[in-house]
Amino acid sequence: MSTPLAHSTRAHAERQPVFSAERVRADFPILAREVNGHPLVYLDSAASAQQPRAVLEAIDHYATTMHANVHRGVHTLSQQATAAFEGARERVRRFINARSCREIVFTRGTTEAINLVAQSWGGMHLKAGDEVLITHLEHHANIVPWQMACAAHGARLLAAPLTPQGGLDLDGFRALLSERTRMIAVAHVSNALGSVLPVAEIVALARQRGIAVLLDGAQAIAHRHVDVSALDCDFYTFSGHKVYGPTGIGVLYGRESLLAAMPPWQGGGDMILTVAIDSSSYNDLPWKFEAGTPNISGAIGLGAALDYLEALGPEAVHRHEQQLLAEATVALQTVPGLRLVGTTADKTGVLSFTLDGVHPHDIGTLLDAEGVAIRTGHHCAMPAMTYFGLVATARASLGCYNTGADIGRLVAALLKVREVFG
Amino acid sequence: MDTRELYRDVILDHNRSPRNFGRLEPADGAALGHNPLCGDSLSVTLRVRDQTLSELRFNGQGCAISVASASLMSEAVTGKSLEEIAALYQDVHGLLTDGQYAPRRPLGKLMALAGVREFPARVKCASLCWHTLNAALAQRAAAAPSTVSTE
Repeated sequence: MSTPLAHSTRAHAERQPVFSAERVRADFPILAREVNGHPLVYLDSAASAQQPRAVLEAIDHYATTMHANVHRGVHTLSQQATAAFEGARERVRRFINARSCREIVFTRGTTEAINLVAQSWGGMHLKAGDEVLITHLEHHANIVPWQMACAAHGARLLAAPLTPQGGLDLDGFRALLSERTRMIAVAHVSNALGSVLPVAEIVALARQRGIAVLLDGAQAIAHRHVDVSALDCDFYTFSGHKVYGPTGIGVLYGRESLLAAMPPWQGGGDMILTVAIDSSSYNDLPWKFEAGTPNISGAIGLGAALDYLEALGPEAVHRHEQQLLAEATVALQTVPGLRLVGTTADKTGVLSFTLDGVHPHDIGTLLDAEGVAIRTGHHCAMPAMTYFGLVATARASLGCYNTGADIGRLVAALLKVREVFG
Repeated sequence: MDTRELYRDVILDHNRSPRNFGRLEPADGAALGHNPLCGDSLSVTLRVRDQTLSELRFNGQGCAISVASASLMSEAVTGKSLEEIAALYQDVHGLLTDGQYAPRRPLGKLMALAGVREFPARVKCASLCWHTLNAALAQRAAAAPSTVSTE
């Protein structure tokens, strides 16, 4: 006999199986390999996450059973490929809770998605004297496209300041808003530091003033619950390979009314309805923004990756990564001369650090010799590095498959670096 | 993979205490080199008397390999004729990139860089100073400001 409480607990446990990183590891074939004579410790998921077998199998199944061009043929393979490709779009829509598949544009990645908005939306809305507001911690992909658009239209690019902990200085951000601001383009999560930005507050400020908002979600999508309807942003971008999917595929979410009014970006096949030599009529959303044969297998792989993550339970993955982040934050500080850069209370599993007297490049090489893969350098965020008076940091970043043993190996390897450099 | 081959004592010593670190003002030639991979930059200023490099200073931030390579280079090229420096550059380039390369002259302490070729991702770190030296010599010849990149 069970009490109602015990019953509900058991029901909950059945819905949400206990998360086991060890079991998750077994889903990722690459994690079984050795590097330089040591079992691989992969701590570079913020640069590119590894793919589970389910993703590799989905891509293989597509290629071996149904590959053909999409939206073109009446033959069986083309119909099946189209169904799988458009099915992946619906999978993405559900994952980020967009209202319609017309709001989901497949791109090559986050970079292409932001370029699309900067050029298409920017060409339509940016005029001389207008301002685009970003922050000092943006990835180059959310800086350079706006520089180019601003230069083309005589607009100005402003960057909001940061707190000493590496978060957004919201007062400083607010002070840069004006009646000239047309677009706010900010990271949801900083790639270099892991800081989570106050996107709800940012969107609310934009809504009050009628300013468009783009959120660069490349570093958020695998680690935070992303609901574009609840966020109420105008554009949201992310890449497949940061969320355990393949490279070369990404997503632009855009509010339908905005996408509908924007001019096409690239011209070609698939984005048209009719073509004559002197003019063409354009296809409906989202295909208006998808010129040429798309990355069909990439989209299918991305769909499989989102299925995989959903089956693991994004909440459980989040808890696991936060626990590991807390553990790693303590463990790293036992290494003499190590200084963490980016210490906001709300952050993802990113540990950016410097080591006194040792350049990050040298740390990276010595860790690699121990089989530990981390990123070193400016992380495509040179203004963020400059802001903190740094040229580079070493960055260990966590994924669903990392364990406490990985952190132990990282710390042991860093102590060896200390031995070499004294 | 043996990192002791890369981080030899000579490299670690020159990283800790770089020789000829600083800036010459005025200089006969100057150039700034960038490694876009890591954001590191390195400046070289130099003076030439009678086709001989009489003084060189380098400045900047970098990894142990790039700092030690620049420091070793500064010692190796000071007092050499421009012709000798061009030949030395060829030898160092061969040393860094080609496992079979036989230097045409004794390279002395520069041989400490031989381990770099086993680490392809780090060759640019070691060669940045040499590219920047060439740019500084070219700038002297053209008497115009110059920037180089390892890309």
